[in-house]
Amino acid sequence: MGSETEKDEQPSETAAISEDAESVSKDETKKSHEEQGIDFSPDSSVHPKPIPEFEKSISDKIASKFGSKINVDYVRSSRIRISTKKEDILDVAFFIRDELGYDHAESVSGVDYPDSKEIEVVYHLGSYTDDKLATHVLTLATRVPREEIPNPGKDSTRMTSLREVFYSVEFHERECFEMFGVYFEGHPDNRRLLLPEDWADIPPFRKDFKIKGR
Amino acid sequence: MTTPLPPGIQLEKVDDRIMTLNVGPQHPGSGHMRLIIKVDGDYIVSCDPDPGYVHRGEEKMAEYRNYVQNIPHLERPVIHDSCNILYPYCLAVEELLGIEVPERAKYIRVIASELNRCVYTLYWLAIYGIFLGHSTMFMWPAGDRELFIDLLEAMSGARVTHAYLVPGGIRNDLPANFEERCLRQVDYFEKRLKEYQAIFYKNPLLISRTEGTGILSRTDAIRLGTTGSVLRASGVDFDLRKKEPYDVYENLDFETVVRKEGDSYARSYIPYLEMFESCRIIKDAIRKMPKSGSVRTKLKPNPKGGNDEVYKRVESGRGSLGYYIVSNNRPEPYRVKISVGSFRNLICMPYLLKGELLGNMPSVYWGLNYWPVEADR
Amino acid sequence: MLKEFFNQDTAPHATNVLVGKLGEVLVKAVGKPLDYAINWGRIWSLWPVHLETACCSVEFGAASSPRYDVERFGIIEAFGSLRQCDLIVVMGTITRKMAPRLRMVYDQMPDPKYVIAMGACAITGGLYFDSYNVLPGIDGVLPVDVYVPGCPPRPETLIQGCMLLQEKIKRMKGA
Repeated sequence: MGSETEKDEQPSETAAISEDAESVSKDETKKSHEEQGIDFSPDSSVHPKPIPEFEKSISDKIASKFGSKINVDYVRSSRIRISTKKEDILDVAFFIRDELGYDHAESVSGVDYPDSKEIEVVYHLGSYTDDKLATHVLTLATRVPREEIPNPGKDSTRMTSLREVFYSVEFHERECFEMFGVYFEGHPDNRRLLLPEDWADIPPFRKDFKIKGR
Repeated sequence: MTTPLPPGIQLEKVDDRIMTLNVGPQHPGSGHMRLIIKVDGDYIVSCDPDPGYVHRGEEKMAEYRNYVQNIPHLERPVIHDSCNILYPYCLAVEELLGIEVPERAKYIRVIASELNRCVYTLYWLAIYGIFLGHSTMFMWPAGDRELFIDLLEAMSGARVTHAYLVPGGIRNDLPANFEERCLRQVDYFEKRLKEYQAIFYKNPLLISRTEGTGILSRTDAIRLGTTGSVLRASGVDFDLRKKEPYDVYENLDFETVVRKEGDSYARSYIPYLEMFESCRIIKDAIRKMPKSGSVRTKLKPNPKGGNDEVYKRVESGRGSLGYYIVSNNRPEPYRVKISVGSFRNLICMPYLLKGELLGNMPSVYWGLNYWPVEADR
Repeated sequence: MLKEFFNQDTAPHATNVLVGKLGEVLVKAVGKPLDYAINWGRIWSLWPVHLETACCSVEFGAASSPRYDVERFGIIEAFGSLRQCDLIVVMGTITRKMAPRLRMVYDQMPDPKYVIAMGACAITGGLYFDSYNVLPGIDGVLPVDVYVPGCPPRPETLIQGCMLLQEKIKRMKGA
């Protein structure tokens, strides 16, 4: 709970200083990325490529619809990454499916950030029906709070399932639940999939789960 | 008149029509996964796949090894398709580290991955034969597969676990006279493939057991997010080699094989037809390949990935295979996620088996091009 | 004793005793040759349970292919029912989820039964020595007769392992 109130307070403080809310929210998330040592800026020395136009038009469509609710992390050739708050993810996903034509999820992966007390859930979305989008993968990311002592399914590490938007996420979300302890509300069976039935440890892909000898 | 039961023994009620069957993890077919099936007589009412018998935590292990140490264990999920499972990893690491691959290495990669696709498909076909009780169809592909393995062994030195594709190119150059040997083998194999058609794909045994079973419509194939031969058998023209050409696939001459039926027969036919295309690609790549030159960009010792993330995918024998790598300026990746075709097609299994005859289960199951080790990772 | 034998009440019991005694004498007389004959019969019918546990099953399948044709040694015929098998080839990694099932399969096989551990994963955990879900070798689960090293072992290695097992059975005491 402590992490949530902290997160709510921070934007209001910064908003008082600057008036442009959109740029602030972008700076905000950029700052949080920098804290964890992650930098998605497109003009880093590794990727000095120009921003491709078609991809830019897609990200602009989403940005104009949702404004400050979403944050475009990067736009590269055939890859777009958009991050949003977990409350808005269902609206954004419906928009991506119905208006933009992405129709299936390729994978759902979790990434654990113990330093910022968050787990990131990353959806890679693709399209079979739209030929222009066939080469594209849209990365939709959101962050859920992370508990120090996890209790999968019963703690605050939960978010809305995207199964009613993209049916194909069913098994991927089940895997994410058992590997990270992210509970998906609205998912028909948040059961164990890959791990043994008698698994009694914390979810194994969290960073505080150490494998033997390491 | 019934004899009274001894005390303490009770018969279960028999008015419940539905029976639960555990198929696997030990079963006479291939694969180590369990299907919990509910049957009403001979008809399957529901199916609940239970994978995870080979879950080895590859993704967790990858976080403790650097980018080069990760190569051998990341190819283990599909050892008979090892070039294709390493391909996206190499592409992703190259993008992370900003490495350019020499032109000749790109062509050799394509040749290796197409040879490996044939090896995979022939093994798959052999087991398909076993599943349907067709012993000849085990022997023929298993024998022809050895010829491709010989080629790959000459390239890389190992029978199945090649670790031939490495970030930066390939591990070593082709052996002497490889091109002629490869072309001779491919020519022989193209003739040989036509015999498969006569003995297997026109066989009443196969047709009666697969035609019209487990139909997956185009809409459902898209909705369920299937991939690979399952998707193309349902009439969706999607092959990453055409749609998102990586390395030199855009220069090469081949077609995507698509069928509209969406039944088990189409799913079994597509990988077979794709072997012809693989042969075409190999011949074309050998013709267009630069005859000499460097094959590998050397990496720095213990290379660091920068603060970045990357998602790369290729078309493997079982469909789209993607690597999502997050790095945080350390020699080890921060997170590796392998999105595999088998795991994505798993969702079809309950869907297709519902309402199907129990006897059709093997052909539907194996037609999904499912390899349990890869799905569990 | 003969009197007992002709007595109607104790006759069945006495017959059993007599047959038993005769059998003992027979075993003492022909024990060693009989052992040999029984074991000789066993080594040519090593039929494995079809239990594929991990990726080594690819090379196990290749061993039955026309090039290697392991059936010419009278062993390793792909077989369906585990009730009629006397060999279990553990093909690769055993995870924590699989281990109880492996033991269950082994317990259902009739005696005498033999175990081959195929591949580095089945012997020590192999490449997955530090994985959280993999057993470090199957020795804690099954009594292993022959270890076949390799990752994966070549079909020739598997054939050699089977022939070692045949040698071992030849020298075993008959049941």
